[in-house]
Amino acid sequence: MDILYLLVPLSVVLVFFIIGGIWWAIHSGQFDDIDKEGERILKD
Amino acid sequence: MAIPNAQATTFNDKVVRQFAIMTVVWGVVGMLVGVIVASQLAWPELNFGISFLSFGRLRPLHTNAVIFAFGGCALFATSYYCVQRTCQVRLISDKLAAFTFWGWQIIILLAAVTLPLGYTTGKEYAELEWPIDILITLVWVAYAIVFFGTIGIRKVRHIYVANWFFGAMILAVALLHLGNSAEMPASLMKSYSAYSGVQDAMVQWWYGHNAVGFFLTAGFLGMVYYFIPKQAGRPVYSYRLSVVHFWALIFTYMWAGPHHLHYTALPDWTQSIGMVFSLILLAPSWGGMINGIMTLSGAWHKLRDDPILRFLIVSLSFYGMSTFEGPMMSIKTVNALSHYTDWTVGHVHSGALGWVGMVTMGSMYYLIPRLFGRTQMFSVKAIEIHFYMATIGIVLYIAALWIAGVMQGLMWRSMNADGTLTYTFVESVKASYPFYVLRVIGGLLYLVGMIIMLWNTIKTAVAGRSVNVTIPTAVAHA
Repeated sequence: MDILYLLVPLSVVLVFFIIGGIWWAIHSGQFDDIDKEGERILKD
Repeated sequence: MAIPNAQATTFNDKVVRQFAIMTVVWGVVGMLVGVIVASQLAWPELNFGISFLSFGRLRPLHTNAVIFAFGGCALFATSYYCVQRTCQVRLISDKLAAFTFWGWQIIILLAAVTLPLGYTTGKEYAELEWPIDILITLVWVAYAIVFFGTIGIRKVRHIYVANWFFGAMILAVALLHLGNSAEMPASLMKSYSAYSGVQDAMVQWWYGHNAVGFFLTAGFLGMVYYFIPKQAGRPVYSYRLSVVHFWALIFTYMWAGPHHLHYTALPDWTQSIGMVFSLILLAPSWGGMINGIMTLSGAWHKLRDDPILRFLIVSLSFYGMSTFEGPMMSIKTVNALSHYTDWTVGHVHSGALGWVGMVTMGSMYYLIPRLFGRTQMFSVKAIEIHFYMATIGIVLYIAALWIAGVMQGLMWRSMNADGTLTYTFVESVKASYPFYVLRVIGGLLYLVGMIIMLWNTIKTAVAGRSVNVTIPTAVAHA
């Protein structure tokens, strides 16, 4: 099952990217005022 | 570098319009082929002895047409519409957007020619041969540039949750396509996979299951989070939960693929990991499903006279049902009964017809009139008729295959006291016949509903006119 040496690290790398994504989202203020974001799309 | 479209005053609805129309057209085509192959299972002589019409060639044509032509065009249309509206900016490049439309249509036409001719890699949902795979890669990269580029020039600081779902779908499908389609060309229309044996099977189902998870789930959840609030006129029930739903879903989906390979040469522990992650997936799936349905909380009366909302909410109930059924079927003891039977086919169709199909139809019924400068489809009554035909069709379809599937599983494992099998295989085929006929009837109802939608779409387009919607300027750029 050599393929797992490719697929498992690939998935782990992916998880790091996902962690990076959520880290960016939190620290760039994406969720600072989350309650009004749901409403906003109704106005355009 | 100055990006001209960042200052544009109108949305690019032309490409959305093109994809929306083709969604409906390919829907009719794909479902027609589906009804044909379903009929061939009940009445095998319907292939008329012509190799192009044989089940083995038409079945991949059906799956490719409904998933990548119908579903794919719907994803392009809705993601392009949603990203422009929620970012308050025109798509970053009109030319690249047009390239994704024409490129995608050429891929579909190539599939429609090569699959009946028998050109296939033999990989389920990735049957297209290597030259077409390269074209898919080019179009998909252009799609990623258009989508993420548009987010890059957005005028609204917050990236709406639906865009996260569409974005994850685009990135994951790129990775899956490149991973699974690694192949060595032998001639213009023949290639060999880079992997062999069980390794190839593992990559195939890593791809196959995540194609369901990202192409057919994450992307369509983007529609849920945009079009249900818009159609209901209410914000999503819990925006916080929608964010949790997104991150939880993409963290867990990648690991569930091995459940397609229970009791095969795949190592036991890999199968068990696949099963455990499949069971974990129930939590984010149901969180999202409840969040979508509860968006109507306090406004349930809207379901009474709005057939579009009914499409969207019923699609979520099918999403809840199939994301419950899926984890159950991934349990090894259940899988021992269900695998290789028509139960699996029924499960796929409760997801495909019920969830993906209905959320697409609901979103298109919202979208199409707006793309032609109208507030309603040409006939609201026709939407209503479509809704009932589709719902009854699905119920007939999946109930028939539940019964057929469980019956096949029980017949195949049934043993006499002396250890011999009670039934021959063909006896289980014979016993399935009435349910195959019932399945054709269910599929036919679903197809006729789709034809009504095509008629309604043409009438709406002819009565309306193509409009260039102005980007609102008064939006607060928080």
